[in-house]
Amino acid sequence: MAGITMSNLCKRYGSTSVIEGLNLDIHDKEFMVLVGPSGCGKSTILRMIAGLEEISDGEMKIGDRVVNEVHPKDRDVAMVFQSYALYPHMSVRENISFGLKVRKMPKDQIDKLVNDAAQALGLSHLLDRKPKALSGGQRQRVALGRAIVRQPSVFLFDEPLSNLDAELRVQMRAEISSLQKRLEITSVYVTHDQVEAMTMGHRITVLNAGIVQQVGSPLELYETPRNLFVARFIGTPPMNVLEGQICESGTQIETEALTLPLAGEIEELGKRYRGKKVVVGIRPEHITSEAEAGKPGTALETTVDVVEPLGHEVILHGRSGESRIVAKLHPHHIPRSGEKVQLHCRCDKLHLFHHETELRLD
Amino acid sequence: MSRKIKDESSPILIHVVLITFTAMTIYPLLWVLTIAFSGKQSLAIALLPENPTVWDRLRAIIPFPETVSLANFIEVITEKNFLVWMGNSAIVATLTTLLGVFLSCTAAYAFSRFKFPGQRAGLMSFLVSQMFPGTLMMVPLYIIVVQWLNLGNTFWGLILVYSTIAIPFCVWMLKGYFDTIPIEIEESAIMDGASRTVIFFRIILPLAKPAISVTALFSFMAGWNEFIIASLLMEEEKMYTAPVGLKFFVGEHATQWGSFAAGSIIVSVPVVLLFMYTQKYLVSGLTAGSVKG
Repeated sequence: MAGITMSNLCKRYGSTSVIEGLNLDIHDKEFMVLVGPSGCGKSTILRMIAGLEEISDGEMKIGDRVVNEVHPKDRDVAMVFQSYALYPHMSVRENISFGLKVRKMPKDQIDKLVNDAAQALGLSHLLDRKPKALSGGQRQRVALGRAIVRQPSVFLFDEPLSNLDAELRVQMRAEISSLQKRLEITSVYVTHDQVEAMTMGHRITVLNAGIVQQVGSPLELYETPRNLFVARFIGTPPMNVLEGQICESGTQIETEALTLPLAGEIEELGKRYRGKKVVVGIRPEHITSEAEAGKPGTALETTVDVVEPLGHEVILHGRSGESRIVAKLHPHHIPRSGEKVQLHCRCDKLHLFHHETELRLD
Repeated sequence: MSRKIKDESSPILIHVVLITFTAMTIYPLLWVLTIAFSGKQSLAIALLPENPTVWDRLRAIIPFPETVSLANFIEVITEKNFLVWMGNSAIVATLTTLLGVFLSCTAAYAFSRFKFPGQRAGLMSFLVSQMFPGTLMMVPLYIIVVQWLNLGNTFWGLILVYSTIAIPFCVWMLKGYFDTIPIEIEESAIMDGASRTVIFFRIILPLAKPAISVTALFSFMAGWNEFIIASLLMEEEKMYTAPVGLKFFVGEHATQWGSFAAGSIIVSVPVVLLFMYTQKYLVSGLTAGSVKG
């Protein structure tokens, strides 16, 4: 078992820099999710851990060993690819055992390991089939089997669920999580889907343009996003963002859509930043159709654009003045588009960010 | 109400055109078959009497022998060294195929997967070499193979030349196919601990079977059917390949058309069999890369 340490890691293609000075610690036995939009460098980091991409600068350690110059096969790392990357001409058994065969493991030992892995993943009855005769979920399991059979120190997952349909994705999500918990192998999981990140990771690293935005537990990221990017990226639907100014008294924020009295923990902030321009973030679930008793709130007049009834809740997209508002409402009353509704905004649940640096105000 | 999409063009016209072209292609082949099985050495299907009737004239163009006989085949096999020549052709074509395909596979893999100086220039030079007519190469080839390498009148001389001729096409064909094999499969094998050699032989080559079949067939045909270079390099009669041997039937004063036709048919049988055997791979090999997935 091993943790992974990246110090001042850089990746450049010619004069183009993809990763610049990345520092990241992944603990032993941890399930770390790298999440970010397309092109943010998350897959590049994963491939550098795997050894499939050269490291331009900096240091990568797996356990106590610097692996910058170590060949992928000697890093004791297994990887699950987005496209499964199964060997199409080999049966499931041959696919799973290939890595053991090339490492010249005795045949009886290979058979035992393959059978154990197949049983753990429910593949025992499919061992003689070729990948083309398998469903997407089964192929994904074979790819997992190929990784776990080698009992590596580190698992790498490169968007392994993005080719599956929604239902299967939820199921496989749980399977991978429980597999990792059982095997206790350090895992790095790359995804652009923040729901996957939130549900699977012990910790999440949010990346943008090759730069780490925040590292933390899913709840930390959700409740105290370090900057506006993380605030917007984590959470579905994304956080509402309004530009405003804290009034001179420091007791309220005036935005174009509404005036928000400051309450709870952020009351103190108002006093510290009085008169300053800020960006206010409000999670959609903190905008409700009725005022919550005993909770500080303010009314928000909204014109409904689109309503998305999801059964257990309703997502409302609307406008308040020039500002776009998204709210998660209780489904007992579903407004129509064009309708003007009175919503309520929780004033103690606001997130404040610096107007220019976009960093969280604490 | 459902309406079928109607094709505007007339099916009759299309069929007339198709049948005409098919007939134009098949007729010469049927003619050769007729002569071969006629037991005679004449080029004519049937001899016209002095005052031919319409039926006589019609008979003279219907490609079916007046009497079916294997005499021409027996003569070709027994009276000349034809079986030796066939054997020579088989040796040359098989070794050309093995050498050509092996070298093409390794070269194409390198062109497909690695970045190196001269990669593009190398590929382009292969293409350029295909643009010159074969006869242009005869003199330099003769000098290189016979005078420099001293491989005149040997199988290796021919194999070397045929492989060189086949390799450019094969490299392009195989490179195109290798490009369609997802790189992740190889990366996955690298992670599994496989070396480049293991990946090449155990992952890439089995996956490229369709393209390899096409290139193998092409290389084999390049060696099997070639006449000009073989007649240039092979001096002794016992070293002739089958196409060169066939020229014995074409004399200065008289040509034994029957034997020539029978010989041609015997020569074409292995290629036809090979085509039939590799047919299932051919279509997928030739269309490789046209549709991703």
